[in-house]
Amino acid sequence: MMDYLKKKFVSEHLDVKEILLVPIFATFFALTIGCLFLLATGEGLKNIFIAYSSLFIGSLGSLNALSETFTAATPLIFAALGIALAFRAGLFNIGAEGQMIIGGMAAVIVGFSIDFLPVWLHLPLALSVGALFGAMYASIAGWLKASTGAHEVISTIMLNLIAIRLLDYMLRSPIIQKEGRNDPISKSVLNTSELPQLLSFIDPQLRLHAGFLVMLGTVLLIYWLLFHTTIGYEFRSTGANPNAAKYAGIKATFTIVLVMFIAGALAGLAGANQITGVLGRASPGFSASIGFDAIAVALLGRSHPIGVLFAGLLFGALIAGGRLMQVKAGVSVDLITIIQALIIVFIAAPLLVRRAVPWIFKEDIKKDK
Amino acid sequence: MNMEVKSSYHQIKQTQLIGYILIALGIFSTFVFSVGVEGDAVFRLSRPRDPLALQNLVVPASPYNFFVSFVLTFLGIRLLIKRMSNYSSLYLGLGFFLLITCFLVWATAGKSFSLTGMLQATVVRATPIALAGLAGVLSERVAVINIGIEGMLLVGAFAGAVFGSIFGGLIGLIFAIFVGALFGLLLAVLVITYRVDQIIAGVAINILALGTTSFLTSHLLKSHPHLNDAPIFKPIKIPFISDLPVIGPTFFQHNFFVYGALILIIASTFYLFNTGIGLRLRAVGEHPKAADTLGVNVLKLRYLNVTLAGMVAGFGGAWFTIGSVGRFDEAMTGGRGFIGLAAMIFGRWHPVGALMAALVFGFADSLQQKLAILKTPIPSEFLAMAPYIATIVLVAGLIGRARAPNAIGKPYIKE
Repeated sequence: MMDYLKKKFVSEHLDVKEILLVPIFATFFALTIGCLFLLATGEGLKNIFIAYSSLFIGSLGSLNALSETFTAATPLIFAALGIALAFRAGLFNIGAEGQMIIGGMAAVIVGFSIDFLPVWLHLPLALSVGALFGAMYASIAGWLKASTGAHEVISTIMLNLIAIRLLDYMLRSPIIQKEGRNDPISKSVLNTSELPQLLSFIDPQLRLHAGFLVMLGTVLLIYWLLFHTTIGYEFRSTGANPNAAKYAGIKATFTIVLVMFIAGALAGLAGANQITGVLGRASPGFSASIGFDAIAVALLGRSHPIGVLFAGLLFGALIAGGRLMQVKAGVSVDLITIIQALIIVFIAAPLLVRRAVPWIFKEDIKKDK
Repeated sequence: MNMEVKSSYHQIKQTQLIGYILIALGIFSTFVFSVGVEGDAVFRLSRPRDPLALQNLVVPASPYNFFVSFVLTFLGIRLLIKRMSNYSSLYLGLGFFLLITCFLVWATAGKSFSLTGMLQATVVRATPIALAGLAGVLSERVAVINIGIEGMLLVGAFAGAVFGSIFGGLIGLIFAIFVGALFGLLLAVLVITYRVDQIIAGVAINILALGTTSFLTSHLLKSHPHLNDAPIFKPIKIPFISDLPVIGPTFFQHNFFVYGALILIIASTFYLFNTGIGLRLRAVGEHPKAADTLGVNVLKLRYLNVTLAGMVAGFGGAWFTIGSVGRFDEAMTGGRGFIGLAAMIFGRWHPVGALMAALVFGFADSLQQKLAILKTPIPSEFLAMAPYIATIVLVAGLIGRARAPNAIGKPYIKE
């Protein structure tokens, strides 16, 4: 299954038409179908107009909207990078959600328990401990795959379920639970472990935090790792053809564990980023299924770090705009989920888009035939 | 030759690993479940109103658990001494079974516990998982990965609740199957005709199903609660055999969904392995080109089976509403579709295997629920985790190298 995936969705150089026009049309079609959907459920035209304009205003229309878009995109991109990396090496890591939970919990514990460190030590410590725990958690699946051949899809699904239960348990334990609370909620992290807000000098309401910059750096780092290092080459060749990689002297066992380790570190970082940048504490479901949405982002970005970056920004924009849409037009934010699904379908099926607007993709259609 | 040496080396390592696991389990159950446990564990096998009542099963807790721990350790040491065994997986399965009995005896010591009630709940909770697993088997046997089962369960549940509320349970069920089929067909169109990557299409279907059902719930069902109040299928007692002790309540006093699932499992085993079309289907999954050369219509068969898988998943989804609680809630399937996929792989892409695996998951599910009554010192979250941990261990030890259909994930392009 992976060799096909690789050929079609793991391209190294993307041509402009493919990378720009298809997503634009896909988004347009998805929004159109979403509109039809609203009409079918009895929304008035005026309200639909309000919904769509607030979707746009809420994601791109103001500084605050942009800040929300970037804030929502950051954890998605972190987790999606990990999933993309695993894809490259031929592994399907469904476990980002669980790795995020474990990483976030580790970050929360470091965040509230250590009170003597200055911010330039405490914050990196919280983030890297989060990444480390996510990495170790994902390595379990990698190690099992490498040593016994246990299918990573099963083990990561199971590890997700285990992580959710573990979170529930930990949030009720006296060390972690906030004093005087009966509901499962953790203590808040200390100021020294919070990611600083980037735009607070303009308006303290702007939530965009330094995690966004860390994310941009990570995108570049992963790009470099994947395409300019030996390890990256080994990842890609293991994914492209495991047998050839073996005969080229690449240790498959080590590669699998390492890939899962890095993928888990990125997902753990996503969790730590949410804790130290946005939420400040952990509660049940704090991961908000970002780990699952990230699968879609990774696929949409065709497992290319730069593609993942843009796919993540698109999804972040939809999430941020969707919130305003719900407030302004009373249209449930679930519409965004539908639009996301449709975008994935259209981007994954460029054939559909090409047939819908044949005059733009004339040459490609000729090639298809 | 090389392969043979390698596989026997693998077997030795696996046998050793299982040996160590068994010894560890033995030591664990000695110290945790056996030392300092007092009283007898009373298992109720019959309910007061049962026509053929059995006496309670009384197990002296500490002696039984010491004995089982000894057996576990003995089995482990035996495997280590023999170094190689073709039955090592069987040992592991037996070991886990014994450990579970140990655990039950320990948890029940000095109290009483309805064994039959738990077995009955096991079968009920296994039903949607088995159906999800069966849907997975049907589509993966023709080499179409079906991550979208979770979404198909969800739309089945939704359609069952809404149409069941308007037209009654049976029509609701038919609509659930129909909507499931539509989503199956959608997956088929995407992956077979438009050659969308199968995992992406499945993920998209899950998101689409979640979004659509949640959207309609908040826009439609919240304001029209009478659309979300479906009748529930009543249990049907099968004459005579339902009166048997233990077996009767466990298997023969359920509603239509449980029997339907069993019938579907049997029917699809026959369909896949004993009919001409089943042979062709499996050929399409293993080597579509060869099948095509022999005149099999690859794309048509894929369409057929993926749609069938959607119907089965729609049926399984209806269990959540008209088969159990009667109303739809957002995301109520709670990952059962994914657990069904695990059951499919666990059951080695065979309907009966998927059923067995589903029963294991169902057992764990009901165990956790019933044990809350017994108030064990173990936090309930850990009990809830146990089946997942066991699955990982079993998958690593037992079926580590189970093989998916050969052509899985690849679209077929006719030349």
